[in-house]
Amino acid sequence: MFVKLIEYIGTVARKPIEEIGRIIMLFYSILKLFVRPPFEIKHTIKQMLEIGVKSLPVVLITAVFTGMVLALQSYTGFKRFGAEGLVGSVVALSMTRELGPVLTALIVAGRAGAAMAAELGTMRVTEQIDALETLAINPIKYLIIPRFLASLIMLPALVIVSDIVGILGGYFVTVIILKANVTTYMRMTWDYLETQDIYNGLIKACFFGAALSLVSCYRGFYTEGGAEGVGKATTGAVVLSFMTILISDYFLSAWLFE
Amino acid sequence: MIELIDIHKSFGKNYVLRGLNLKINKGESVVVIGGSGSGKSVILKHIIGLLKPDKGTVMIDNSDISKLSEEELNEVRKRFGMLFQSAALFDSMGVWENVGFGLRQHTHMHDEEIKEIAIKKLKMVGLVNVENLMPSELSGGMRKRVGLARAIAMEPEILLYDEPTTGLDPILADAINDLIINMRITLNITSVAITHDMKSAYKIADRIAMLYNGVIVGVGTPDEVRNTSDPVIRQFITGSASGPIKVEGR
Repeated sequence: MFVKLIEYIGTVARKPIEEIGRIIMLFYSILKLFVRPPFEIKHTIKQMLEIGVKSLPVVLITAVFTGMVLALQSYTGFKRFGAEGLVGSVVALSMTRELGPVLTALIVAGRAGAAMAAELGTMRVTEQIDALETLAINPIKYLIIPRFLASLIMLPALVIVSDIVGILGGYFVTVIILKANVTTYMRMTWDYLETQDIYNGLIKACFFGAALSLVSCYRGFYTEGGAEGVGKATTGAVVLSFMTILISDYFLSAWLFE
Repeated sequence: MIELIDIHKSFGKNYVLRGLNLKINKGESVVVIGGSGSGKSVILKHIIGLLKPDKGTVMIDNSDISKLSEEELNEVRKRFGMLFQSAALFDSMGVWENVGFGLRQHTHMHDEEIKEIAIKKLKMVGLVNVENLMPSELSGGMRKRVGLARAIAMEPEILLYDEPTTGLDPILADAINDLIINMRITLNITSVAITHDMKSAYKIADRIAMLYNGVIVGVGTPDEVRNTSDPVIRQFITGSASGPIKVEGR
């Protein structure tokens, strides 16, 4: 009975442990190859456009409405005990410390992360990755490092935009629609927002960018099977990225904002 | 010279190669025949180092490539060209960029020079005015030819062909066979092809090796293979469903 239980635990635990090990190995390869020329600058710029610039419209819409709904809910809630003046600080702190980085990372994971997994997965099943290797090109260096770097750079950039737009959304609802006092709103925004809040949010963004690209590239790169395998890799990449972002967000928050 | 010595390879519970031995001399054209799923592609992937054997050695000119570092292996790979079954063209690039990809990565040539070489290689495989097309705009036969042009772009010493005529009509298949023979004559290349197309095997091979149950069960010239009395090879080359090779599911 006891042996069977141990066997069962072993069987269940083996796959995730194996997967974590392979992701760590891939990360190690990235670090090792990153400093070695040739540097794929052109590819990295192309990926920055794919991951950053093309995600911008969705990030903008999400951030502005998040800021707006945050302002609306906190205004109506705080008004019950006469604290509506605090809306500015709530929106600014929530956006910079939490919602900006997390929502942007989730959007990029859903959009660009899925695309990375699907693209690499298709390349794997159509033997394009094998073809790269036969041409004496390291596929991790050529395919994964540009995506990893682009995510690492573009995520914080998108978060800066998201923070600004979210705060403007909050301003629009509070000051223009709900006719709150402009001076109070601005003062409460700037007085309570510290540079450290913005920096910590950007550190989170860097981590999320690295994590989502690593997970998505891993899933795509090791795709098995045909079209079904690519589908599974894409779904798996998005689910795993979301989980990694949300779980690590708690630990990062606990560490950065303690 | 390429030599596979006592190669064993399994994927999970699937034991594919069980002590395979095969020797390919410089300048020779060897065709490996065998049923679908018998492990023919696995042989090619071992020769170019895409797979490492569980046991055994892959010798390329007296160096065991399974023991080389990645950089050393890449140096060896520069001596190879490989034509994939599905051509494996990079679909994000145009035709000439596909052909010149190796040159762009490993030389300091300008794009104009690379394009010029790509056009020349494309002409060698019978394709003109296709250099600016995308792979999605090409037919199956054209894709194979572009794949072949890419394989020869770096002027390799050894060319590996994975099912070069599969999926092509008989006329196009014969044209590809002629191209393979032409490549060998004009470029003095060692060729290793895997196929189950016997017409192609007879035409392009100096020697034919039969893979069955994870080992090479017989090697001979096309004439020797045609007249063999070995029941396994006989059954395969005549395409008979009855014999020692059992058809799965029957």
